Amino acid sequence: MTELIKTPLHAMHLAAGARMEPFVGYDMPLRYPQGSVAEHNQARNRAALFDVSHMGQLRLMGEGADAALETLVPGDIQGLGDGAMRYTLFTLENGGILDDLIVSRVPGGLGLVVNAARRRHDTEHLRSHLGGRVDIVPEPDRALLALQGPAAAAVLADFADLPFMGWREGEACGVPARVSRSGYTGEDGFELSVAGADTEALAGRLLAHEAVAWAGLDARNSLRLEAGLCLYGRDLDEDTTPLEAGLGWTMPKRRREERNFPGAARILDNPPVRRRAGMRPEGRVIAREGSDLLDSAGEPVGWVASGGFSPVLGGPVAMGYLPLALTAPGTEVAFDIRGKPRPGRVVRLPFVPHNYFRG
Amino acid sequence: MAVKTYYTREHEWVRIEDGVAICGITDYAQTQLGDVVYVELPEVGAEIARDGEAAVVESTKAASDVYAPLTGTIVAVNDRLEESPDLVNESAEDAGWFFRMEVDDEGELDELMDEEGYQAFVEELD
Repeated sequence: MTELIKTPLHAMHLAAGARMEPFVGYDMPLRYPQGSVAEHNQARNRAALFDVSHMGQLRLMGEGADAALETLVPGDIQGLGDGAMRYTLFTLENGGILDDLIVSRVPGGLGLVVNAARRRHDTEHLRSHLGGRVDIVPEPDRALLALQGPAAAAVLADFADLPFMGWREGEACGVPARVSRSGYTGEDGFELSVAGADTEALAGRLLAHEAVAWAGLDARNSLRLEAGLCLYGRDLDEDTTPLEAGLGWTMPKRRREERNFPGAARILDNPPVRRRAGMRPEGRVIAREGSDLLDSAGEPVGWVASGGFSPVLGGPVAMGYLPLALTAPGTEVAFDIRGKPRPGRVVRLPFVPHNYFRG
Repeated sequence: MAVKTYYTREHEWVRIEDGVAICGITDYAQTQLGDVVYVELPEVGAEIARDGEAAVVESTKAASDVYAPLTGTIVAVNDRLEESPDLVNESAEDAGWFFRMEVDDEGELDELMDEEGYQAFVEELD
C-alpha cells in the first residue's frame, strides 16, 4: 500500500484530536472530537474551518487559455472578468462528465480547482487536448482552506467586500493568499489558497477567532448535501449528462449555440429521460447512495446518488436520479432500504436555503 | 454483587438483568461510529440466533449491523432511540441500550469477553 499523503495541516489535525481517514490517497480529517453534527451546525451558525488541500489546484497559462478551455467545458470562460470565477464541467464525447471544477480568471491565464479523485484524469485530459496551446502548471505545493459560515465575513473582514464567486490576492491574517468568496456548504464564506509553508500560520490565526472551529469531511458532505450541491462520483459521473444532473445553468446561450465542447450534440439534442431530484424519506431511516428508488407500483425506477442525515432538518435527505415524469415536487417515491420499501417524496432543492453573500 | 457485563468482538455488550439479557453497542463502538442519527431495532417477538443481524445503527457516515450477542427472543426494544438516537452516543452502555431478549442458553455467555478482556481487545485494535 502506498503511503497516504499528508496535507500541511496534518499535525494540527492530530493535535486537535481529529479522526483521520484515507480519502483519495490523502490522510484527511473525517471529524473532530465535537462530532460531525456539531461541526455541521458550526458552519450553519458561526464559521467552520475545513482543510481541503486534497483538492487539485493548477493553472492554465498563456494567451487564449480561456478560448482553449472552452473546447473542453460548456461554460462561458471567455466572458469571465478579472477577479471572477465560475463553476463548470469537463464534458465527454458521450455527453457524460469527466469532472466538475472551478475556473478563475488569473493574470496571464486561468486557475483551476478540480476534484482530488479526478486530478490525474483531468490533467491527462488537459495535456492531450490543450498541451500545445497552453502551459499546464500543477500547483501541488499549495494548500486550500475553506472558512464557511455566517461569521466568516467578520473573521476575514479585509475580504468582506468580495462579491460571491469573486477572488483576489491579498494578505489573510498576515499570510499571502488567494482568497475567493466561494465554498461547498451553501453558506457565505471563503476559500483560501496558500503556500504550503504558510498554511499552519493561517489556520492557527483563523482558529484564534472565537467564532471559528474545525470541521471535517463528514460535515462537509452533509453541508453540501443540504445545499443540493453535486459530489463527483456520486451525483455526477462519466455516464451522466449536465442536463440529467440539473446543471443546464452552467451552459449559457452562446456556448449552446457554438456547440463546440465535447458531447455538445449528444447533450443538447437528447432531452434527458432521467433527472437528479431531491427527496425526503419519511421518518428517520437514512437512504444512502445505491438504494433503489421505487415507483408507486414498487418497481425500481431510479437510485439514490447521495443520501444522509440533515442536521438542520433533523432527518434524512437524499438526491437521486428518477424518470423525468417522477421529478415534480410532491411526487411519492419509495426507497428500497435493506429490502424494505420506505415511503418518501420528491422535494425542491436545496433542502436548506443558500445563504450566499449577495452584496 | 454488581451485574456482570459481557462483550462481543463485534462491540456489542450484554448483561442479564432479572433473567432477561439487555443488549447494546459499546462505548468504544459509539466513539468509532461518531454521531448516531438512526437506529433500526428488531421486532418484538423476533427469534434471533447468536451473531445474527439484530439491528442497524446509522452514524452520519455509514450504516453498521448490530448482531445478537446470544440466541433468544426479543422481548423489548428501546423506543427512546426512535426520537433520540443520540442516546447511543451519550450513554451507550446504559440509557442507549438497544433490545432485551429472553435467552435460550445463558451458557453462551461463557464464550463472550468480560470487561477486562474487552478492554484488552480494543487496545489491540487502536
